[in-house]
Amino acid sequence: MAKVIIDNIEYDVPDGKNMLEAALSLGLNLPYFCWHPAMHSVGACRQCAVTNYRDANDTRGRITMACMLDAKDGTRISINDPKSKEFRAGNIESLMINHPHDCPVCDEGGECHLQDMTVMSGHNYRRYRFKKRTHVNQYLGPFLNHEMNRCIQCYRCVRFYNDYAGGKDFNVFASAGRVYFGRSEDGVLENEFSGNLVEVCPTGVFTDKTLKKHFTRKWDLTSSPSICHGCSLGCNILASERYGSVRRVLSRYNGDVNGYFLCDRGRFGYEYTNSEQRLTRAAQKNGSAETAFKDTANFINSKPKMIGIGSPRASLESNYMLRKLVGAENFYQGIPSAEGESVNTALKMLVESGVKTPSMKEIESYDSVFVLGEDVTNTGPMVALALRQTAKTLPRQKAYAMRIQTWNDAAIREVVQDETGPFFLATPYSTKLEDIATSVFHGDTTQLVNIARLVEGGIRNAGSGAGDSSNQDFASKVAKALLGSKKPLIVSGTGMLSKSVIQSAASIAVALKAAGKEVGISYIVPEANSLGVAMLGNAGFLEDAVKRSNEEPVSAVILETDLFFRMESDLAESFLNKLDKVVLLDSLENKTTPFADYILPAGTFAESSGTLVNNEGRAQRFYQVYVGKYDIKSSWAWLDMIMSQSETPRPFDEIVAEMIASNPMFEKINEVAPKADFRVGTQKIPRETHRFSGRTAMNANISVHEPKPPVDPDSPLSYTMEGYHGEQPSKDISFFWSPGWNSVQSINKYQIEVGGELHGGNPGMRLIEPSENGVSSVSIDPVSGNGAFEVLPAYHIYGSEELTSKSPAIAERTPGSYIGISSAALQKKGLNAASQISIQSGNRTWSLPVKIIESLPDNVIVVPKGFSKTVGMQFPFFTDIAQG
Amino acid sequence: MERPLTEHIKKDGTVLSLKEYEAAGGYQGLRNALKMSPADVMQAVKDSKLRGRGGAGFPTGTKWSFVPMGPDTPTPKYIVANGDEMEPGTFKDRLLIEGNPHQLIEGMIISAYAIGASMSYIFLRWAYHEAAKRVLVALDEAYKAGYLGENILGTSFSLDMDLHTSVGRYICGEETALLNALEGKRANPRNKPPFPQVSGLFGKPTIVNNVETFCNIPHILAKGAQWYISLSKSEGGGGTKLYGASGRVKNPAIWELPLGTTLREIIEEHAGGMLDGYKLRGVLPGGASTDFLTPDHMDVKMDFEEVPKAGSRLGTGTVIILDDKTCPVGMCLTLENFFAQESCGWCTPCREGLPWTAKILAAMEEGNGKPEDIDHLTFQTHYNAPGNTFCALAPGAMEPLQSALKYFREEFDEHINTHQCKYHHH
Repeated sequence: MAKVIIDNIEYDVPDGKNMLEAALSLGLNLPYFCWHPAMHSVGACRQCAVTNYRDANDTRGRITMACMLDAKDGTRISINDPKSKEFRAGNIESLMINHPHDCPVCDEGGECHLQDMTVMSGHNYRRYRFKKRTHVNQYLGPFLNHEMNRCIQCYRCVRFYNDYAGGKDFNVFASAGRVYFGRSEDGVLENEFSGNLVEVCPTGVFTDKTLKKHFTRKWDLTSSPSICHGCSLGCNILASERYGSVRRVLSRYNGDVNGYFLCDRGRFGYEYTNSEQRLTRAAQKNGSAETAFKDTANFINSKPKMIGIGSPRASLESNYMLRKLVGAENFYQGIPSAEGESVNTALKMLVESGVKTPSMKEIESYDSVFVLGEDVTNTGPMVALALRQTAKTLPRQKAYAMRIQTWNDAAIREVVQDETGPFFLATPYSTKLEDIATSVFHGDTTQLVNIARLVEGGIRNAGSGAGDSSNQDFASKVAKALLGSKKPLIVSGTGMLSKSVIQSAASIAVALKAAGKEVGISYIVPEANSLGVAMLGNAGFLEDAVKRSNEEPVSAVILETDLFFRMESDLAESFLNKLDKVVLLDSLENKTTPFADYILPAGTFAESSGTLVNNEGRAQRFYQVYVGKYDIKSSWAWLDMIMSQSETPRPFDEIVAEMIASNPMFEKINEVAPKADFRVGTQKIPRETHRFSGRTAMNANISVHEPKPPVDPDSPLSYTMEGYHGEQPSKDISFFWSPGWNSVQSINKYQIEVGGELHGGNPGMRLIEPSENGVSSVSIDPVSGNGAFEVLPAYHIYGSEELTSKSPAIAERTPGSYIGISSAALQKKGLNAASQISIQSGNRTWSLPVKIIESLPDNVIVVPKGFSKTVGMQFPFFTDIAQG
Repeated sequence: MERPLTEHIKKDGTVLSLKEYEAAGGYQGLRNALKMSPADVMQAVKDSKLRGRGGAGFPTGTKWSFVPMGPDTPTPKYIVANGDEMEPGTFKDRLLIEGNPHQLIEGMIISAYAIGASMSYIFLRWAYHEAAKRVLVALDEAYKAGYLGENILGTSFSLDMDLHTSVGRYICGEETALLNALEGKRANPRNKPPFPQVSGLFGKPTIVNNVETFCNIPHILAKGAQWYISLSKSEGGGGTKLYGASGRVKNPAIWELPLGTTLREIIEEHAGGMLDGYKLRGVLPGGASTDFLTPDHMDVKMDFEEVPKAGSRLGTGTVIILDDKTCPVGMCLTLENFFAQESCGWCTPCREGLPWTAKILAAMEEGNGKPEDIDHLTFQTHYNAPGNTFCALAPGAMEPLQSALKYFREEFDEHINTHQCKYHHH
């Protein structure tokens, strides 16, 4: 702790902070622009100027930027000194000379940091009487809108996009008063994290284009704390609704998980919830829609022989209820066994290996990295963003050795330059993280497992065992680097759908642990709740369900699964045809729906509540944002209503309690979120801001009688603006706001220290902690299968995930289907890239255009996962290729 | 009077070849240096009281001593000559480079030896095309003669040198912005610390010195520190200084004179006084980014101590003269337009404040000035004060303006009150 003096009051502040962070952490108001809690200080905007005094006898002081001033013992500043107040007012006046006078009609109005800071700094009337500079805006793709005239040149965008997220197609151009932030020419911003510019930009230069399509002011949105369903990482989001449709998604700060950021799949992938394809009413094939639910319940309660197909994109509660409904022995996971066994293996490794799996935030603290098999940028994008920071851990030490403070980003960057720490990748093909890699290796599954074996061997023999083959060379470099570091991190996942790869990653981690390292292991798993469903316990997979249906006539309750997304289409069709009756709970019409005898419309993440377990084993609660149209309900609610043959479900908490009791691993879920009866005093937590407008008018075109607002029996949140308007409990933050802080920068006020933990703790409970001892070694399954080419999935952040790929903005970014192959392999087979080539899988021939991927080994080809033309392909498999 | 830096520069404007330079005693300083230890070379430069000629006047030997030395220090280390001479009214480095490029090269080689650098760059203003040509020829000569490259003059010391021509931004003269530009990045100044001596070019220890500074080094090593100190008339620093004068004087030019020569001697003796019919109204003593001095300051010694006492800076030592028939407001406008254009755009006061300042001055010149403009100009001079901005560009830009407001205030008021500039003759 350091004792600092601010306006003659002494405060204790943690060591290693600058005075801006210290002041904000103390709850004081000091305006700023260029400083960002995740990107730290560069001293560009000059808005956080304070008066700095040498000591108590110094009465004059000098103006200093608080963000560049070390908060050490005796640091003495004044925020209220007239000299610095005048400077800040003059600075904001200067910043505003070119800013448009259009707040009332600007997209950012009402949540604009520039607005807030202008008011805070005391600039009210414009004295500048000359022409403003104007810029031409650019087309930046389907995600972002560009309005450069609003720019105040804080440089946050370029610092985030290029320095933090590794983007290359964005920059700052020109100089002096003409500084321009954008691309060299119009075009799609390619970086996977571009959407963060919406929140990073302190004003409205970069705004959410998907929001603009159905624009709503921040204060008119109904929002809930939610969890992104786009991949397995469980990033915390704020999802917002008005007039019955989701309007946008923002990052919800969680210091342990996603921090301030989100990937573009997570931010812009929500649009499917507003799709025309939504299932909104209970229906049945032969019978009246009116009685569809009753007939479904009657059918199920007539106790037919029945199986349940669970889903990794449905909540834990929904899967639990289905398993309860059909019985554990009749419950199958709605995924192929290759995927299921991979997830089970990853879970087993996390539970048994004794190696810690770090939170996403902790990932940044490791000092060397080995990625095995996983295309992290596409399967777990936010981990890739974290790894970009991890790569700087060691080089940053050089700056610290020069006594440069950890917050001094401007200085650190000059010392670090482009240097990265030990960062190794062994994957089938070149992935985006290679631009920060020390060394890379590309191979098929067998070779990657072999590399891992060599790395493990190198570690166990303390780095020795150099050989002359390139494999051995790479492996000994990796082993040496991991052993040479304090905190090595192994990253792998289910991407290659290979148990052996997952085991191999663990075997390296276990060896490093034995060598006394603070090792971590991080697995990316396929979907939002893959790990949670695996934790429910022994269940078969789709192949087993098909087998079962071949053995005896059964009906099926299918939970949030499109079988055509998961299986080859002819197999899905024959399976569905063989089933006696099909009860389907899902949110979107898809190829499976026509086969359903009974349909119950399930809520998406926006119209349902539940718990998800992310890749780290962290259980997190997502809350319903609004009451869905017509019959839409959470799947668990439908299943409960069926079991109780009731028109209303039991309260959510009862179902959660029952689920927790059923499985000792779920014990901590009890603490994931406050119970529905939680109140602040007597008040619920509102989903709407106190400025929410139009409640009495918004449906007046239908009826002038104001409808009774819906009641939420399942959470402490209310669907209205009524309730407690102080700081919400950290697990129930439905929007960030604080007096004078209308933008997302108000997050400062919710944290114990800016950039740190939320008051009340970061949400989420880790269900898996490493066992004390762990295993001494991991046995690795042999890699099976052979053929001319191993076919592996290529993952695409835009297009490989089932639901988000149905969002228009994401769909626009999804490339066409292809078969990826190296030109050497093509040549070897005497084929050419001019026309399509075909591969054989099961009974089916897939013919697709060629995409040359030179990094692929000449015995591996890749096909994009989940694209409309490749959906259902069962990876991995071996095949030969032919032209045509 | 000795003029070591310029005595061999040919009057006809042609370049001094390697042979001619050697004949005039060139590379003797290097030969002497290579017989000494690097520490002794550094000590000799410290003893000479040489101070940086780029404008700040920081003691050169002290600057060098911050470079980490010894076997475990980061390598490569770099030497960079700042030849980005873009300060309005300043043309001294051009003379040195065009007239005698080997003097610069020799100075850089000796400096590189002193700090253990193995790579060096001459960072040259883009418009100095003739200088660039001559440097390239000289570098070629120096490599062929064994002054550059591997094992210089048979010693174990090796150094490479290259020419980098800038793309033409004033901010590149700021040493850290220069380093960014040299790395191919935007020419934004860097945060200090880390100072370039510790973490400079590509994050490695680097010394950036002005061209004139380097040109002093060979002579210090050839003739000794005491001789060098004896050249000066100043208490605070040794050697001669290149002084210049531009404006309506009879003989605008550059002269090498003892450091500490008075302003009167420069203007009246060397520049030949004002042109007939013109009176001296004020001078910018050291280039565009220094405060005005007035006829009352003619006896000020032009050195690092006395000029600040008079309220300005020595800067580059090249005097810009304002006469009584030129509009002070118009002169400020020209200068502020330049600085506003040359801002890198990084920090707010400079990026936004300078164009606003220039627009107000332009309004005054056009007869559209308003009484409150004076307050606003005064505000700008405080707002852009040292420490308030990221680097020294904007504070420098404010120096002529703040002193013009002090000495020529009535001219500003007249522009506002009469809604015109009386000096305009269209």
